[in-house]
Amino acid sequence: MEFLYSIFVTPFVEMWTAPEFLAEVVLGGLMSGIMYSLVALGFVLIFKASGVFNFAQGVMVLFAALNFVGLIDAGLPIVVALIATILIMVALAFAIERVVLRNLVNQEHIILFMATIGIAYFLEGLGEMIWGGDVRPLNIGLPDDVWFVGDILIQQSEVFAAAVAGSLVIALSLFFQYTRTGRALRAVADDHQAALSVGIPLNHIWIVVWAVAGLVALVAGIMWGSKFWVQFSLSTIALKALPVLILGGFTSIPGAIIGGLIIGAGEKVAEVFWGAAYGGAIEEWFAYVLALIFLFFRPQGLFGEKIIERV
Amino acid sequence: MTETNTNSRIGEELLSVNNIDLSFGGVKALTDISFNINKGEIRSIIGPNGAGKSSMLNVINGFYQPQVGHVRFKGKDYTPMRPALAAKSGIARTFQNIALFKGMSTLDNIMTGRYLKMHSSFIEQALYIGRAKREELEHREKVEEIIDFLEIEAIRKTPVGRLPYGLQKRVELARALAMEPELLLLDEPMAGMNLEEKEDMSRYIIDVNEQFGTTIALIEHDMGVVMDLSDRVVVLDYGRKLADGSPDEVSSNQDVIDAYLGVSH
Ligand SMILES: Nc1ncnc2c1ncn2[C@@H]1O[C@H](COP(=O)(O)OP(=O)(O)O)[C@@H](O)[C@H]1O
Ligand SMILES: [Mg+2]
Repeated sequence: MEFLYSIFVTPFVEMWTAPEFLAEVVLGGLMSGIMYSLVALGFVLIFKASGVFNFAQGVMVLFAALNFVGLIDAGLPIVVALIATILIMVALAFAIERVVLRNLVNQEHIILFMATIGIAYFLEGLGEMIWGGDVRPLNIGLPDDVWFVGDILIQQSEVFAAAVAGSLVIALSLFFQYTRTGRALRAVADDHQAALSVGIPLNHIWIVVWAVAGLVALVAGIMWGSKFWVQFSLSTIALKALPVLILGGFTSIPGAIIGGLIIGAGEKVAEVFWGAAYGGAIEEWFAYVLALIFLFFRPQGLFGEKIIERV
Repeated sequence: MTETNTNSRIGEELLSVNNIDLSFGGVKALTDISFNINKGEIRSIIGPNGAGKSSMLNVINGFYQPQVGHVRFKGKDYTPMRPALAAKSGIARTFQNIALFKGMSTLDNIMTGRYLKMHSSFIEQALYIGRAKREELEHREKVEEIIDFLEIEAIRKTPVGRLPYGLQKRVELARALAMEPELLLLDEPMAGMNLEEKEDMSRYIIDVNEQFGTTIALIEHDMGVVMDLSDRVVVLDYGRKLADGSPDEVSSNQDVIDAYLGVSH
């Protein structure tokens, strides 16, 4: 009885009596949600354009952050380190296309998936070899003041991070919508043969998507790293993008964004208000359970195309 | 098509396929096929289902690579042809089973046909400056001309996946025309259409050929259409060439008559 009470009554009473606190919890959750969104976005880009489920996306976040923080620690100015890291991620895209994708192009999807697992371990190893396994703080001079909106406390750094992520998503959508390469990317995602018939070079497009996914990974890595420092657990945390994808649909960019925000906010609220009743650590599994429920009721995700069973 | 305008319209050889052998595992799809297509003509490929017609087009634009033989286009030999080369050198096509970008609008689908004609760099596009913006507008104009030509103004913004079958076929033709090809390969452009739609499509094909001087290779089952439109017809059966000549020659050829009588349609 008391247990039921602590699940169905107490949390809502707490939310009701302290709405500012609820708002702060939700906001905090949305911030980690943005990270999930960015990682999921990288997955979606690659999945749409090449049908490859890129297991290495999480490690790419880590790898980008490691390079960035490593170059800064080596004494480069932040802007130079940023440009250098972008170049590294672009070079990585070229290398992956040349060494992996081009050779496996007509293989089963499962083979390509296995190859991305290989890429993940390779990058993790390479990152450690070059930069070592230490946890490193990343300070890019984000404002560390707070704002008050009414009684709600907001971290300026988080607002800044949200603005960066938001601009990135908007810029990407415009690019996809209004440029020839963006259109070609969408075309390749829809139909390989038709794309080839109008002369769109698949190799070139793969390089572009992997480079863009690398760029998105870099942004996620910088944001995450400046909040929680750069450490190898980053790549595991990035696995939360999986439930985000199930929520949002594997092929939907808005789905990746909104799915990430829902999971980020949802797990924080669950942790703070229901944590006591369950003895905490809800945050660890909340996303996966939510994804499981989605798989039962809406397997195509919030924005995915409807899956029609053929009989 | 009357004899007189045939002669002035048609020029020298544009493409030839030479001794093409193509097999999939044990299945022989094409055996020792040779024929040519002259500049400006409408050249039909006919034959019963499974005869190898689509395979032939796939060899011409490089989707299939034959084990033996080569494709010659504008005086250059390709052993084999590749899709990228075909597109670059002026060959466009439509597909038997419509291959459109279903999630994209009619306009965007047709714009993809301009891909090779646009040259702005990645950076220009990322920032939407310089050539990137200018090119978008220029090519948009060309695409609007094609939209007017094929009378699909009303569906400009519609995602093509939502269009009825007949219109999808038309958008696919529009995308191919946007490439301003010298050779246009049409794989059953009228399959599954009603009479009116077929008449429209026939008219578009003739107009493309006459107004733009585009050479056309056409696969079609409707014999009425084939006889009306074609300058020359090549007949395939079980992957072999059965006959080749003017519509009249071909339709009076005994082998052709036998092959068609032996197959139900
Ligand atoms: N990609 C392929 N893989 C295996 N067999 C194929 C393939 N494409 C065509 N074929 C075979 O080649 C033969 C000719 O097919 P096709 O060219 O589609 O004929 P048509 O277009 O005249 O109906 C058929 O036996 C078909 O099964
Ligand atoms: Mg066919």
